[in-house]
Amino acid sequence: MNPMNYVYLSSFLFAIGAAGVLLRRNAIVVFMCVELMLNACNLAFVTFARMQGNLDGQVIAFFVMVVAAAEVVVGLSIIVVIFRTRRSASVDGANLLKY
Amino acid sequence: MSFPWLTVIAAVPLAGAVAVALLPSGRSLLAKQVALGVSLVPLVLTVVMSLKFDSGSAAAFQFTENHDWIPQFGVSYALGVDGIGLVLIALTTVLTPVCLLASWRDAEEGRRSAKAYFALMLLLEAAMIGVFAATDVFLFYVLFEAMLIPMYFIIGAYGGAQRSYAAVKFLLYSLFGGLLMLAAVIGLFVVSKGGDHAFLLQNLVGTHFSPSTERLLFLGFFAAFAIKAPLWPLHTWLPDAAAEAPPGGAVLLVGVMDKVGTFGMIRLCLPLFPDASKWAAPVVITLAVIGILYGALLAIAQTDLKRLIAYTSISHFGFITLGIFAMTTQAQSGSTLYMVNHGFSTAALFLIAGFLISRRGSRAIDDFGGVQRVAPMLAGTFLVAGLSSLALPGLSSFVSEFLVLVGTFTRYEVAAVVATAGIILASLYILLMYQRTMTGEPTEETSKLTDLTPREAWVVAPLLAVIIALGFYPKPVLDVINPAVARTMHQVGQHDPAPSAEGVGK
Amino acid sequence: MGTLLAAQSHQAAGASGVFSLTWLLVALPMLGAAVLLLGGRRTDRFGHLLGAALPGAAFVVGVIEFIALLGRDGSDRALSQHLFSWVPAGGFQVDVGLLVDPLSMCFVLLITGVGTLIHVYSIGYMEHDPDRRRFFGYLNLFVAAMLLLVLADSYLTLYVGWEGVGLASYLLIGFWSYNPAYAAAAKKAFVANRVGDFGLSVAIMIMFAQLGTVSFQGVFAGAGHLSEGVATAMGLMLLLGACGKSAQFPLQSWLGDAMAGPTPVSALIHAATMVTAGVYLVVRSAPIFELAPNAQLVVVIVGAVTLIFGAIVGCAKDDIKKALAASTMSQIGYMMLAAGLGPVGYVFAIFHLLTHGFFKAGLFLGAGSVMHGMNDQVDMRRFGGLATVMKVTWITFGLGWLAIIGFPGLSGFWSKDKIIEAAFVGDGWRPWVFGLAALIGAGVTAFYMTRVFLLTFHGKRRWSEDVHPHESPLVMTVPLMILAVGSAFLGLLLGPTGALKTWLEPVTGVPGDESTALPLWSLTVLTVVLVVAGAGLAWSMYLREEVPVTAPRGSWLTRAARVDLYQDALNESLLMRPGQYLTRSLVYADNRGIDGAVNGLAALIGGTSGRFRRLQTGFVRSYALSMFGGAALVVGAMLLVRL
Repeated sequence: MNPMNYVYLSSFLFAIGAAGVLLRRNAIVVFMCVELMLNACNLAFVTFARMQGNLDGQVIAFFVMVVAAAEVVVGLSIIVVIFRTRRSASVDGANLLKY
Repeated sequence: MSFPWLTVIAAVPLAGAVAVALLPSGRSLLAKQVALGVSLVPLVLTVVMSLKFDSGSAAAFQFTENHDWIPQFGVSYALGVDGIGLVLIALTTVLTPVCLLASWRDAEEGRRSAKAYFALMLLLEAAMIGVFAATDVFLFYVLFEAMLIPMYFIIGAYGGAQRSYAAVKFLLYSLFGGLLMLAAVIGLFVVSKGGDHAFLLQNLVGTHFSPSTERLLFLGFFAAFAIKAPLWPLHTWLPDAAAEAPPGGAVLLVGVMDKVGTFGMIRLCLPLFPDASKWAAPVVITLAVIGILYGALLAIAQTDLKRLIAYTSISHFGFITLGIFAMTTQAQSGSTLYMVNHGFSTAALFLIAGFLISRRGSRAIDDFGGVQRVAPMLAGTFLVAGLSSLALPGLSSFVSEFLVLVGTFTRYEVAAVVATAGIILASLYILLMYQRTMTGEPTEETSKLTDLTPREAWVVAPLLAVIIALGFYPKPVLDVINPAVARTMHQVGQHDPAPSAEGVGK
Repeated sequence: MGTLLAAQSHQAAGASGVFSLTWLLVALPMLGAAVLLLGGRRTDRFGHLLGAALPGAAFVVGVIEFIALLGRDGSDRALSQHLFSWVPAGGFQVDVGLLVDPLSMCFVLLITGVGTLIHVYSIGYMEHDPDRRRFFGYLNLFVAAMLLLVLADSYLTLYVGWEGVGLASYLLIGFWSYNPAYAAAAKKAFVANRVGDFGLSVAIMIMFAQLGTVSFQGVFAGAGHLSEGVATAMGLMLLLGACGKSAQFPLQSWLGDAMAGPTPVSALIHAATMVTAGVYLVVRSAPIFELAPNAQLVVVIVGAVTLIFGAIVGCAKDDIKKALAASTMSQIGYMMLAAGLGPVGYVFAIFHLLTHGFFKAGLFLGAGSVMHGMNDQVDMRRFGGLATVMKVTWITFGLGWLAIIGFPGLSGFWSKDKIIEAAFVGDGWRPWVFGLAALIGAGVTAFYMTRVFLLTFHGKRRWSEDVHPHESPLVMTVPLMILAVGSAFLGLLLGPTGALKTWLEPVTGVPGDESTALPLWSLTVLTVVLVVAGAGLAWSMYLREEVPVTAPRGSWLTRAARVDLYQDALNESLLMRPGQYLTRSLVYADNRGIDGAVNGLAALIGGTSGRFRRLQTGFVRSYALSMFGGAALVVGAMLLVRL
């Protein structure tokens, strides 16, 4: 199979994730969309590694997974705390850091 | 290696500032005493150094020290004084203890600590001494900017009602000038030969620039100094800053710190960029003459005692700048002497006005009147200080003002004559101020004013003594200044015009 | 002229013997001023005695030097004492030195002699003033500065004395500065003097720029090299200085107000000595004026205008001191006129200056004695008939009166007549204009001085109810008597004998024999006739007729003269009001224009950043969008560069 199809898939997934981040209000959904974007990137890295014939992309994919896992831990706990205090997980509700 | 006079003189107040700041809070009297004691040390050292100073020496600078600082950029820690630097350091070290003594009660009301005020004053003294002693352009720049910090806090934390406006205005003006100067400093490094000690003044003098480069670099430095001096029309920060600053701070601001501007013109602008200086001289002289008349006219119409004195200083700085750029021996000697004399006479005016204001609780001239009847000593000293400011012969400013005018006249007749009109305006602003504050019958409020206390008398007496002594016998100071001025004139490549009547002096 | 230049420019001998004491002349009164002003209340008890003794001591020194000077050859009477190097700066080298020569010696004797008498008089006059010590301190300061002025051997040192006397005058006019009008008068005097000082400063600058020196000797030696234009400029600037100090037209307005000072001050400073400094300056600078005929002409014109001006004003004043002040102005006009005439007039300018110093000081002190007895009343319409109660004052004042109007035989006759004669010397229109001005002035002088005398001492008693006039104590009347004797006989001593002329010859040169436009005898007769006519007119107006206590409305000229011929109104509308307007509008322009531009820039930056701040909405979405936008831009830019 043409490896370029994986690249198309990864761009498609990335676009879905980006659209989700920009458009959705629920923090959990936004968060999942971020994960989707990260995974789209991982897919692209692995694909490029395969196409170039070296392991660099695959190694970076592992790094991304590790960072993503750490981020999930911190991010989810923040969201939980926000939800507890405000009884809502809407990102638009949390705009205190404005001018 | 010889004794590092200049480093020690600058380091003592610095160490004193740290020591005062570290004193336990609540011991404000101890802090004041320590600060005053510390400030006397540089004074004594300066006196000893002046006695060792050799005014006949062929060297450009004496008491030199030179150490590598940032060798990668050719920056060195280099100090040294010529006659001009020496008299200005002496001015600083005399005025600081006087100001500290005068500020004894200034920092007490309000929530800020007196301790910090005295520490800041010492810090300021250290920075100013450093500027006057620096012979490395980069070091000069660093200290030039460092002076701003203590002064910003002195105005901003201990000033009058409008203090934060005044402090920010002062800081922004100065930083703007400082940035232009930084650009010029960098430009100087790029254009000059580079190598070890590239920023050393001796190595930079005589560098050949292309005319346009020289002019740009000159303008960069000059803008900073013109703001600091202040030259018309860059003056508007001064009345605000001087009026809002506490009296002691105002004295150090106007009396000493602003001298860094005119000092910089003599020390850096003229020797480094002689051709550009000559190119700019007509414009600078025009601005200076405008400043003389403008400052005087505005002083006449002021209703606030401290603003009035600040505007008189703008007029006097016009004279100093005029003398520097007239580029004759007389004018430049006069300008340098004027820097010293103006320091003392303005200090006396500001401090005595400060005593008046703290007694009456108002800066408005109209709130006074009849003080002469209730406080004759206060009025008498105020009059003497004022007369010095209007350059009465026999008091110190006269010698310097007349030298500036005579020296300017030999090259720029019209400018000198127009500037001379300033002496008429000077008599108006001083005597009007005296008339409105001191004469007449005392009003209900002013009749409660008390005369000078012994502490205040001790503040004023040395200033007036110096004013009178330098009026009748300025020779010792002129003897120190003259060789340095001659050197500057040589570096600029200017000669005094010969007497112009035919057949005279041949 | 050749002799003149040679006279003043040749090297003065170094001072030795008694002349090495010259510095004491200045130092003694200066010491008095320092002790009295710095010593404060501690010196109250003996302050007045010390203050009077030190000028007296200076007078003794002066007399000793005068006698020593008499013993020397006429050409050998200039001695200089070098004191110390004052302002060394490159080519500008000014040393403080004193020069004793016949001209300065005249002044030294006048200042210390008359000055001492006035000091003694002040002991009585100021007895009840709590600040008498301070008064004597100021007076001593004045004497020191005035002596420095006349003894200086360079223009810059002269300038120190010049402004020093201005300062003393300021302090003394404003001595009772708790009265706002007096404080304003003091300031006015100082500022008007400063306008004159501007001229003197510029003159000194021209000297240095042209000749490279400011010492008398150097300037006069080099004067021959000056072009006429430069000499004229120098002369006019010196004249401006002289006008300020000597209250000459157009800077005369301060003198009348200066009468705010205590009367001894008016006698010493504003009649006998300081105001004549301008005449001294012109005579001293003779070598410069000789080169500038146009400047000399202006000097004569100024003198003539002022002498008529002062005489007219003097006729209408009811305040005894202001009438005398106007008279002073007019008499100095005579001196100035004479000084402008060149060698033919110098001697008479100084001669009149000396005699005037005596009789005007006597007149002022007499007026002070009257005021002392009349509770400080100065309105002459409230005097009258005082001759019987104040005999000594009456006689001494009368002698002064006769002297000033030029009664034959008394001082004024010898000195003023000579000026009138000198004014008639020459040909063309000048002798007629200036001679006639001087002649008419003499008649008017007789009128207004007789008016003053009659209103004060004769006629009906018009006193207000609460005054009980009495003769003044001896300490005041003795100086009056001495001055009266001087007023009467000084002229006789110096004039007809030719003593002063010979004495001053080394400084002022020898005038050629020049004929007057009218025969001399006819001038003398004319003068005497005019004087008698003036005095007779005053007699008929103020003795034969009843004098109303309140001034009648009078003719337009009287009304104008009462307000000093509108000089204050003129100054106010031409200088003060535009000046106030200018300073106020400049303050506005400074706040709104220059500072406004700065603050406007600050506001612009602040406003702009305030607007940009709005971009920080706090919505994660919008931040993310801008990140995407930014990333897209970067990618786009990279692609663009790559292609």
